[in-house]
Amino acid sequence: MRLRCPICGERDHREFYYQGSAVKMDRPDPDANAAAWDDYVYLRDNQPGLLEELWSHDAGCGAWLKVTRDTTTHAVLATALAKEERP
Amino acid sequence: MRFSGLKVFKEGLTGNKGWGPHWRSPEPKAEYDVVLIGGGGHGLATAHYLAKVHGLSNVAVLEKGYLGGGNVGRNTTIVRANYMLPGNSEFYSHSLKLWEGLEEDLNYNVMHSQRGIINLVHSDGQRDAFARRGNMMIGQGDDAILLDTAGVRKILPYLDFDQTRFPIYGGLYHKRGGTARHDAVAWGYARSASDRGVDLIQQCEVTGIDVVNGVVKGVQTSRGPIRAKKVGMVAAGRSSQVAAMAGLRLPIESHVLQAFVTEGLKPCIDHVITYGMGHFYISQSDKGGLVFGGDLDMYSSYAARGNLPLAEHVVEAAMTLMPVIGKAKMLRSWGGIMDMSPDGSFIMDRTDIEGLFVNAGWCYGGFKATPASGHTFAHLLATGTPHPTTIRHRLDRFRTGFGIMDEESTGAQHNLH
Repeated sequence: MRLRCPICGERDHREFYYQGSAVKMDRPDPDANAAAWDDYVYLRDNQPGLLEELWSHDAGCGAWLKVTRDTTTHAVLATALAKEERP
Repeated sequence: MRFSGLKVFKEGLTGNKGWGPHWRSPEPKAEYDVVLIGGGGHGLATAHYLAKVHGLSNVAVLEKGYLGGGNVGRNTTIVRANYMLPGNSEFYSHSLKLWEGLEEDLNYNVMHSQRGIINLVHSDGQRDAFARRGNMMIGQGDDAILLDTAGVRKILPYLDFDQTRFPIYGGLYHKRGGTARHDAVAWGYARSASDRGVDLIQQCEVTGIDVVNGVVKGVQTSRGPIRAKKVGMVAAGRSSQVAAMAGLRLPIESHVLQAFVTEGLKPCIDHVITYGMGHFYISQSDKGGLVFGGDLDMYSSYAARGNLPLAEHVVEAAMTLMPVIGKAKMLRSWGGIMDMSPDGSFIMDRTDIEGLFVNAGWCYGGFKATPASGHTFAHLLATGTPHPTTIRHRLDRFRTGFGIMDEESTGAQHNLH
């Protein structure tokens, strides 16, 4: 599996650290209720197929990427800098 | 179908044409008291204990593929009770005791072999941690022996003790741990459940869960609708898919864990050895293959196969720990879909939907739990209350933050276990 870093180009996935579901970019309001935080921290759709997720290029430029990947085939369909994808 | 020495002898002489199926393959009925979604080890075990302990035989196990075709046929067969935290400690202790009586219970040879597990120690801190864990294991009524280097060298002389990366300073020896033949466990439970009246229905995919006014009424399947008073979801890596049919989101991410096996060799590794520093563990199957694995690939996956970097990492760890196996040829590698919970401990509970129960989040440790998972889930389904060993394994512990069981102390969040 290789990921295309928008800054460094296509690299072996070992250069990246997996940061989990991109749901993390949509942080609830600090005063949101427990259900909202449960949704954000723990609950996941976790359905097979396309998944938006975050990887950080730890052994490269350090950028965080938002990656669209098919979890049934490991095909990487799109990568972008996470900072440009903020909701 | 039964086995005997005489029958094996006779069949050997007559071309093995007289063997029959282990279980019935009935058409699904219109209604059951309990429907279990998932015909893996835990689902089949649940069916066995529902019938045997609770006298419930109007039960169906629905399996979209074939019985035992998922993780129960893909794991590395290790059985142990070396957990530490309250909740996990008594549960896995309970499970090991069930393992010890399993072959008599099922009248089936599951090749349970208590060959002992040694967790290797590579630092003072790790020794302290294992001493504590060992004491907890003894405290829960199980066994543990803390070995020094000489003690490990005596039973595992072929390891590279003086490796520069992680020299071996000792080990935690759990003698009652070992292995079992994973497929036989599924088949034994299936045969027993079927003989007791449970319908095992293969090639039957659940496509919907019927809920009316917050009460479960049954399931829709590829073989038609089936009504049920109670429904148990036992779908391991596909738990989130099943739960979504009832409108539920679970605190689970599915990941891939790889395993590997070499060609058959003469007996050389008598125990199960774990090398935590290198993310590597190994045992030898009764057929002779070296069965080993490592860590998760560490990204979400439903592919049931991993990538090469992790394979390389595992083989590097193997060669660091025991260069003696360096010339063995690797035959196969494969992956399973792991239902990873945020704290690394499983979930067994009611849901907000009346009559719908969840059994999930086994991470990469479901096989050793098979008997107790079935036994306690049957208890929950039959009585509506959790078994004493699973009262802490609540679905809402993440939302409330109360009763998190983070066995590895890595933090109760996704992707940390």
